[in-house]
Amino acid sequence: MGRYVIRRLLQVIPVLLGATFLIFSVVFALPGDPIASMAGDKRMPPHIVAELTERYHLDDPFLVQYWHYLSGLLQGDFGETFAGGGVSEIIAGKFQVSLNLALTALVMETVVGVGLGFYAALRRGRAQDTLVLAATLLLISVPTLVTGFVLQLLLGVELKRSTGIDFFPISGAFDGWRSYLLPGFVLAGTSIAYLTRLTRTTLAETLRADYVRTAVAKGLPRRRIVGRHALRNALIPVVTYLGADLGTLMGSAVITETIFNLPGLGQELFRSIYERQQPVVVGIVTLLVLVYVLANLVVDLLYAVLDPRIRYE
Amino acid sequence: MTGITGGTPSMLPAWGGGAVPRNEPLLAVEDLHVEFATRQGAVKAVNGVDYTLEAGETLAVLGESGSGKSVTAQAIMGILDTPPARVTRGRVLFRGTDLLGLSEENRARVRGRRIAMIFQDALSALNPVFTVGWQIGEMFRVHQGASRRDAERRAVELMDRVRIPGAARRLHDYPHQFSGGMRQRIMIAMAVALEPELLIADEPTTALDVTVQAQIMELLTEIQRESGMGMILITHDLGVVADAADKIAVMYGGRIVEHALVHDAYRAPAHPYTRGLLDSIPRIDRKGRELHAITGLPPNLLDMPPGCSFAPRCPYRQGDCAVEAPPLHRIGPTRGSACHYWREVLDGSHG
Ligand SMILES: Nc1ncnc2c1ncn2[C@@H]1O[C@H](COP(=O)(O)OP(=O)(O)OP(=O)(O)O)[C@@H](O)[C@H]1O
Ligand code: SF4
Ligand SMILES: [Mg+2]
Repeated sequence: MGRYVIRRLLQVIPVLLGATFLIFSVVFALPGDPIASMAGDKRMPPHIVAELTERYHLDDPFLVQYWHYLSGLLQGDFGETFAGGGVSEIIAGKFQVSLNLALTALVMETVVGVGLGFYAALRRGRAQDTLVLAATLLLISVPTLVTGFVLQLLLGVELKRSTGIDFFPISGAFDGWRSYLLPGFVLAGTSIAYLTRLTRTTLAETLRADYVRTAVAKGLPRRRIVGRHALRNALIPVVTYLGADLGTLMGSAVITETIFNLPGLGQELFRSIYERQQPVVVGIVTLLVLVYVLANLVVDLLYAVLDPRIRYE
Repeated sequence: MTGITGGTPSMLPAWGGGAVPRNEPLLAVEDLHVEFATRQGAVKAVNGVDYTLEAGETLAVLGESGSGKSVTAQAIMGILDTPPARVTRGRVLFRGTDLLGLSEENRARVRGRRIAMIFQDALSALNPVFTVGWQIGEMFRVHQGASRRDAERRAVELMDRVRIPGAARRLHDYPHQFSGGMRQRIMIAMAVALEPELLIADEPTTALDVTVQAQIMELLTEIQRESGMGMILITHDLGVVADAADKIAVMYGGRIVEHALVHDAYRAPAHPYTRGLLDSIPRIDRKGRELHAITGLPPNLLDMPPGCSFAPRCPYRQGDCAVEAPPLHRIGPTRGSACHYWREVLDGSHG
């Protein structure tokens, strides 16, 4: 186990190097002159252009710029915007919002998706199973924009008006964890559907495995056969999906953030690309990659806990 | 979950497992029929199987792939997937009690404790994510409420008994860390943990190297002799049958086409299919001669022909064979053949 963990940790280094390099070169290659666009319609005085170019190392060769960026990153510094603010400060607060939102979505996805998948797998081919499958299909096919607005209207606005209680606050991130309930569910929507299907399929498959037949032949109670012998094996792909989904949830929440007025990374990324704030774009994408890589690391470690065949490779 | 004596006496006459009242055989399968519901229709996998087994006896079940050997065994064990499988007719009398009539709860009480089973592929039959010690010890923990330490201690004893070298050290190893032969020993240890009265071994050596096969068979027969349990040995290997089994049952198209004491059948088969099987064994005295493989295809279980299901492949076939299905003719006190012309086959007047 120890050797597996160390090897897996070492693998993170080249992945991060490669990913940051890729991000940096893509943003570097974006067309347009950031300094010219700062000035808008007016022409910028040459000495200011020269100063800004100097300050942001814009004249340096690509690799040197990348090196500046990387060494800053290692000290937790995401660089500066062209307006002079620290990127780290800008994205820190947004990151917190996005993380809260993504974690809320992840918890809902796990509880609802795994629960429903489990329920359907144990009733395969029966009416309840078909119903669950139909519901997931609906969830997948309705766009987030629609579920977002509909739920906001029904559970956010109407429910509050008819009962007088604000069960699901929908105005920004001011109500603590409760602000994230509804947007979290909306964001989790398609993931819930996919996870339900994944859980159902893997558990149903596992229930037909030879070792489950052995467990039956051993005369074990059904609860133990499903809850111990099948579940442990069925969880392996589910955990993988969940880990990969954390990064996706954080990076793809633009629509949900906008509907529910949550100041997260998605909105900020969208704005920065629009305004050609390359340092912010690079910063956010780097952060998302970091989350992604770390989540996958956790998944791989969990994997080793769940499956001894990996541990002893 | 109490011990072995936890059943309802009125439902299970010989539950105690001690003295056997009346002259009940250990196991009597009567007219067993099993069907699988598929898109193409009902697959008639088992079509009237009868056999009996006494305590301490070994019955070898032979027959080509798809003849229903495993399905019959799974029906006895009660581990068929239902649906798609369905037992449409018959009885499985275990010490006089029809297992098919028991509630699922009572049936689970027989499984593992009184009837155990081992499978062909021990790698897939063992759970990959639990240690072998945990999986063996589970029998004691779940069925007898043993403590973890007690269960482990007894698991080591069992692993010693099936001759796994360094048993105590290997208790916490996982199935994939063992060789094929060792894994099958672990399956055997798990199966005999609660000293069952009947052990069903479904091709226990097929997936193993030839040298290992012999060792596993030796271990199985040794345990069987020591414990006095009955054994159903499903196998393709006619070589091991002669040494290990007392009687044989030959299956074809989901039926028993011949049952006999081993040496009777080997000396002179009473069914053309048995004869074909025996002729296909390579023997030293026949070296260099061509093997008599049975030509033709197994019957279509979706659409069983009227008459004898072996007729299309049978060298003894006569006009009425394809019309009238042969009953299981009683040839002697221990022998039966489902062939109209068993006398001719027995005399060897043909091929
Ligand atoms: N789940 C299933 N669905 C449909 N048909 C099945 C199913 N399981 C078994 N069968 C049918 O039952 C028949 C008998 O299968 P069984 O496994 O008993 O054969 P077998 O004699 O054990 O063969 P082998 O020597 O290959 O193990 C097969 O021909 C197959 O068509
Ligand atoms: S009944 Fe006829 S076809 Fe069937 S095995 Fe006997 S001789 Fe062959
Ligand atoms: Mg089989």
